[in-house]
Amino acid sequence: MTGKRLWSWFAVALGGLYFLLPLAGMVDFSMRMKRGEYSFEAYRIVLADPQFQQTLGYSVLLALLTIVLGILLVVPTAYFVRLRLPGLRPIIEFITLLPLVIPPIVIVFGYIRIYNTSSVLPLTGTWWGTNLLLLFGYATLALPYMYRSVDTGLRTIDIASLTEAAQSLGAGWARILAVVILPNVFVSVLSGAFLTLAIVIGEYVFAALLNVNSFGPYMVWMGGNRAYEPSALAVVAFAITWACMGLIQIVTRFSRFSTVRR
Amino acid sequence: MAYLDIHHLQKSFGAHRVVKDFTLGIEKGEFVSFLGPSGCGKTTVLRMVAGFETPTLGTIRIGDRDVTGLPANRRKIGMVFQAYALFPNLTVEENIGFGLKVAGEGKAAIARRVGEVLELIGLAQLGSRYPFQLSGGQQQRVALARALAPRPQVLLLDEPLSALDAKIRVSLREEIRRIQQELGITTIFVTHDQEEALSISDRIVVMHQGIADQVGTPFEIYNRPATRFVAEFVGTLNLVDADVVDAASGRVRVGEVAVALNRPLVARAGERISLALRPETVSLGRTEGRDVVLSGRIAEVHFLGSVIRIRVAVGGQVLSLDTFNQPDRPPPAVGVPVEVSIARSDLLVVAA
Ligand SMILES: Nc1ncnc2c1ncn2[C@@H]1O[C@H](COP(=O)(O)OP(=O)(O)OP(=O)(O)O)[C@@H](O)[C@H]1O
Ligand SMILES: [Mg+2]
Repeated sequence: MTGKRLWSWFAVALGGLYFLLPLAGMVDFSMRMKRGEYSFEAYRIVLADPQFQQTLGYSVLLALLTIVLGILLVVPTAYFVRLRLPGLRPIIEFITLLPLVIPPIVIVFGYIRIYNTSSVLPLTGTWWGTNLLLLFGYATLALPYMYRSVDTGLRTIDIASLTEAAQSLGAGWARILAVVILPNVFVSVLSGAFLTLAIVIGEYVFAALLNVNSFGPYMVWMGGNRAYEPSALAVVAFAITWACMGLIQIVTRFSRFSTVRR
Repeated sequence: MAYLDIHHLQKSFGAHRVVKDFTLGIEKGEFVSFLGPSGCGKTTVLRMVAGFETPTLGTIRIGDRDVTGLPANRRKIGMVFQAYALFPNLTVEENIGFGLKVAGEGKAAIARRVGEVLELIGLAQLGSRYPFQLSGGQQQRVALARALAPRPQVLLLDEPLSALDAKIRVSLREEIRRIQQELGITTIFVTHDQEEALSISDRIVVMHQGIADQVGTPFEIYNRPATRFVAEFVGTLNLVDADVVDAASGRVRVGEVAVALNRPLVARAGERISLALRPETVSLGRTEGRDVVLSGRIAEVHFLGSVIRIRVAVGGQVLSLDTFNQPDRPPPAVGVPVEVSIARSDLLVVAA
C-alpha cells in the first residue's frame, strides 16, 4: 500500500520536474540581466518597449474580435445542429477538427494563393483585407476549441424544451439564441474564448506570412536579437495564458446561476 | 363552432401513423383532459395544437382563425411542460415576464402583471429566486404562471404533474383547476393518470392508438364506457363471461345463474359476451336492490386503508369488489364461502 503510494508520488514528481524545471530555468535566466544580482531589469525593458505595447495591444484586440466572430459562428451552428440536425453532428465535429489536422502553414499558403493581389478577391492587397483575413484565419484556428466547449455547454441544458417554452411565449430565433441559449452556455463559451485568446496572442505563422506586426512575430524577433529579454517576454506570455486559465475558473465558480449542480 | 376546433387531424412520422383522424371541439373556458396509455399520441396532438409539429392532414382553428400553418411563436398559446423548462438564467419574475417582454409591453405593465400572476400561484415572496433554488412543485407553479402571464388563448399542459410526488400532485392539480376556473381559460391537460383526469376535467378524451375512443364528462366516461378499451383503462373493472340466451330481450346466463339485462344485445343466442362491472357495484352478501346473486369463495383480501378490495372466486372467474373499512368488523378470511350480489343495471355491455 505505502509502496504503491510512494511510486505514484514519484511519478507525479517526475512529471512535475519535467514541466517545471525548464520554466524555473527560464525565470532564473530572465532575472540575471544585471551581472551578479537578481533583478527585473529585462522585464522593465520589455514592458517599456513601445513595440511590445503596440503588438500586444493589437493581438489582444484581434483575439477579442476573433472571440466575437467565433461566438456568432459557433453558437447558432452548434445549437441548430443539436436541435434540428443531430444527424449532421459527426460531420460538423469532423469539420471543426480540421484546423488541428491541417498545419497553419498550409492554411495560410492557401489564403495567400486564393486572396493575393492578382486574384478575384485581393484581400492581401489592403490593410483592411489583410486584417480581415487574419481574423477569419484565427476564427478557423479557434474552431475546434470553441465548438467543443459550446457543444458541451449545450449538452447540460434541455435546449429542445427551453426553445419550445420560449417559442410558445412568442420569441423568435434571434431572441431565443441571445436571451435563452447564450446566457446558459456562457461559462462554456468563456472557456472557449479564453483558449482562443491564448492561441491568438501567441500565433506566429499566420501573422508572419501575412506580414502583420502582432505579438507572435514580435516575440520571435526578440528571440533572434536579444539575450535576456526573450525569456522575460516568454514569462510574461506565460503569465497571460495562466491568468486566462485562472479567469475561467473564477468565472465558472462565481456565475450567479448554474445549470449543473456543483 | 367550438372555440378550439381540431378537425380530422392526422400525423405520421415516416410510415408510422401516430395520430389517425382526431376530431374534437373544445368550448371557450372548458377544461379537457387527454387520457391514454403511453405512446397513444396525446403529446403529438398537443404539440400540433401548440405549433411544434405540423399535421400531416387536418386543420386546427382557434376562435375564428385557422392556425394550422401558423408558427408556434404567433399562436398565443401557453404551454406547461413535464420537465418545467424554466429558463435557468432568469429569476422567477423574469421568467414570468418573458412573454410580456417579447410582446413589447412596458416595464411598469410587466411588473404589475408579474405581481398579479405571482399572487395567483401563491409565490409572491419568491420572485427574485432562480429556478434552481425552488422545489419541483414551486418550479411547476412558476412555469404555469409564465404560461398564463401573457393571457394566452389556450393553455396546454403536458403531464405537468408526473415529475412531482403524490401529495403535491394532488394539491397542485386542484390549484390548476381553481386557477383555470378563475381565469376561464380554455385548457387541454394531458395525463396518463385516470384519477387526475377524472377529478379535474369538464370533459375527458380517452385516446387509444391515435384516435379518440370516447369523449365525455368524467361521470359518463366512468359509468358508461363506450368501448372495452375505455372500460378497462379507466378505473378497475371486472369482466364477466356471459352466454347469450335471448338477444332481443337481453337474457343471458352467468355461470348457472340466469340474468335478465332488460336491454337488447347485439349478439346471437349461444354467443359468449363480456359483461363489465365496477368493484364498487358488487356487494358482499345479499343486498336490497342487487338482485343477481352469485355464490363463491374468498380468494384474496387486500386491505388498502379506507377501502378493502376483496377478490371472490365465482365459478371459473374472479370478481373484485370494494367495501369500506369498518373498525368493528375485520375483513373475511380467505377461503370462506360467500355470496355476492349485483344490480343488473350495473352490468355494462361493452363493445369489443
Ligand atoms: N418526432 C418523432 N419522430 C418519430 N416518432 C415519434 C416522434 N414523436 C413521437 N413519435 C411516436 O409517436 C407515438 C406517440 O407519441 P406521443 O409522444 O404522442 O405519445 P404520448 O401519448 O404522449 O405518450 P406518453 O404518455 O408516453 O407521453 C410514439 O409511438 C412515438 O414513438
Ligand atoms: Mg407524452
